[in-house]
Amino acid sequence: MSEKSIHEANPDVEILKAATLTGDATAEDLDSIRRRTSVYVYETPVRLWHWINALAILVLCGTGWFIGNPPPSMQIAEATHQFVFGYIRFAHFAAGMILTVGFLGRIYWAFVGNHHAKQLFILPVWNKHWWSEVFFELRWYLFLEKEPKKYVGHNPLAQAAMFFFMTLGITFMIVTGLALYSEGAGQGGFWDSLFGWVIPLFGNSQALHSIHHLGMWAIVIFMIIHIYAAIREDIMSRQSMVSTMISGTRTFKDDRPE
Amino acid sequence: MSQIETFYDVMRRQGITRRSFMKYCSLTAAALGLSPAYVPKIAHAMETKPRTPVIWVHGLECTCCSESFIRSAHPLAKDVVLSMISLDYDDTLMAAAGHQAEAALQDTIEKYKGNYILAVEGNPPLNEDGMFCIVGGKPFVEQLKHAAEHAKAVISWGACASYGCVQAAKPNPTRATPVHKVITDKPIIKVPGCPPIAEVMTGVITYMLTFDRLPELDRQGRPAMFYSQRIHDKCYRRPHFDAGQFVEAWDDENARKGYCLYKMGCKGPTTYNACSTVRWNEGVSFPIQSGHGCIGCSEDGFWDHGSFYNRVTDLTQFGVESNADKVGLAAAGVVGAGVAAHAAISALKSAQKKTQSSKEEV
Ligand code: HEM
Ligand code: HEM
Ligand code: SF4
Ligand code: SF4
Repeated sequence: MSEKSIHEANPDVEILKAATLTGDATAEDLDSIRRRTSVYVYETPVRLWHWINALAILVLCGTGWFIGNPPPSMQIAEATHQFVFGYIRFAHFAAGMILTVGFLGRIYWAFVGNHHAKQLFILPVWNKHWWSEVFFELRWYLFLEKEPKKYVGHNPLAQAAMFFFMTLGITFMIVTGLALYSEGAGQGGFWDSLFGWVIPLFGNSQALHSIHHLGMWAIVIFMIIHIYAAIREDIMSRQSMVSTMISGTRTFKDDRPE
Repeated sequence: MSQIETFYDVMRRQGITRRSFMKYCSLTAAALGLSPAYVPKIAHAMETKPRTPVIWVHGLECTCCSESFIRSAHPLAKDVVLSMISLDYDDTLMAAAGHQAEAALQDTIEKYKGNYILAVEGNPPLNEDGMFCIVGGKPFVEQLKHAAEHAKAVISWGACASYGCVQAAKPNPTRATPVHKVITDKPIIKVPGCPPIAEVMTGVITYMLTFDRLPELDRQGRPAMFYSQRIHDKCYRRPHFDAGQFVEAWDDENARKGYCLYKMGCKGPTTYNACSTVRWNEGVSFPIQSGHGCIGCSEDGFWDHGSFYNRVTDLTQFGVESNADKVGLAAAGVVGAGVAAHAAISALKSAQKKTQSSKEEV
């Protein structure tokens, strides 16, 4: 430890025990918190992905809604010169491709990025401390706990929601979306050879449309809860939230060890 | 099998001239999407090959497939194909009836063991040991299994044989079952549609008879040459779809202008069939051309996917009038209300906490 510092390191005090037991906080994280009261969690590629992904999903939901429920007919020009619905679908497919490439990039970053870049993909279900923190967080949201705990990365409940709605949810939307895309691209083509097998899995194309459509609503529900929880926790928890997804740095509002 | 006539012999016997025969070969090549180089090959095959016998059996059905088949656009094609398959056994079209007909079936099976094609129209109901469909005093499922045992290949005509169709609609009281779930050890070609297009049917049979092999099939076992594109891919109203110009209500101005039927529940975007290219009734028209959306009659389960007039499929498990959007909006509404309530309680709680802590300070 270097000579001059505005904080005492307090090496004898055990800090963030819960987060350590769930596998969330690493030794370096704890060291950073002791020295600076803040810790760098989400690296630039993760943050970049978060916002690109959020934007792509917003576009996908908007245009997806219109694909299922087209806007009122417009008479701007001859059909040959008018491409309104075509552009809506194009925006959907373009955003879909961005989502897909982004997600692949995010998977890559889980391998090369820091410890917290992996949280989105691995739920430590074998860790009983993790489970008890899930229930603790649940009680916090049910107003049964007076005070939340500190976590470095995602709290276990949020992590579970992100795993099911995002990791699995986005995978599902990408696979079904690209299967739908392969129909338009044509049988025997590149997309068909990669994703065409998905269609008979759901019976037929119409059923695949329905399930892809329902998937959108699952993601909308996640969005509502996610944005609410991010803002609420930013206000009510003992640590930073929204700014963490912007700067990457988690700061804590108090200096209590747990 | 030297005593069996060739296709060409059969045609000549029927009074078809060589010139007409060559015309038929070109037509067939065109219908199958083959190059003109195939015309002599088809002709040669038909001149030298003994014709392949076909047994055509009927289960639970409405016979619309047969009705379609005998209306094949080109009269010559129809005559030729009909004489080619020569109705070794088809209880609807053959002259014989009763015991004589059953004897004919048995004869054909014995004589051409392993060489005949079994064409199935309709499907077997399996409940009550198959009692819901009796042919010649026995459950149809028995006849089907018996005839399939020595068949070279099986053709499933129409939505009934391929997928089950309306007699298999929920709750399917007779347990009507598509052919491929009963016959599992033979190559099966599905030719779905309710009914399939006549030219598609004759095309598939002609291909199998001339080339002596199955046509290329897609993932769902349908001949790729007719079922590899959606109605929507070749629909002449597609420019209106891309433009966003839709029929909004039956009989509105847009309907008169021939706009896209997407909003009226057209299933063209999700249906694989050749209607928008081959069309019906000698190429006169097809449903969309006459102003009605595609109902998806060649797709598995089309009879159970709710109204033909909705774009987004009904989800009856969530109530009669429900669909993905209604279910989703309702769920999102509940979650949204929950979030609002949660936010309100959170605000109250923290206000309470603040007053408490300020009291404590006092
Ligand atoms: C379409 C909208 C959104 C989607 C799909 C989405 C998705 C996600 C995902 C998948 C993560 C995990 C990141 C990772 O581990 O790599 C995450 C984290 C996060 N998101 Fe979003 N997000 C959306 C919108 C927002 C908005 C609008 C905000 C801010 C108000 C926000 C704030 C955050 C925060 C603060 C975290 C970190 C949570 C934590 O520290 O545990 N998100 N989001
Ligand atoms: C969060 C992700 C996504 C959401 C919320 C979403 C939403 C939707 C919705 C609601 C529909 C209309 C379904 C219907 O017919 O009722 C749709 C259709 C479709 N989506 Fe997505 N989608 C997503 C991702 C993707 C991806 C990654 C692709 C791949 C490129 C994709 C490709 C398609 C295609 C091809 C269609 C069918 C368009 C048509 O039939 O004209 N989607 N989507
Ligand atoms: S009418 Fe049907 S098949 Fe034709 S473009 Fe419109 S949706 Fe597609
Ligand atoms: S247009 Fe559609 S519903 Fe009509 S016959 Fe063709 S596939 Fe069947």
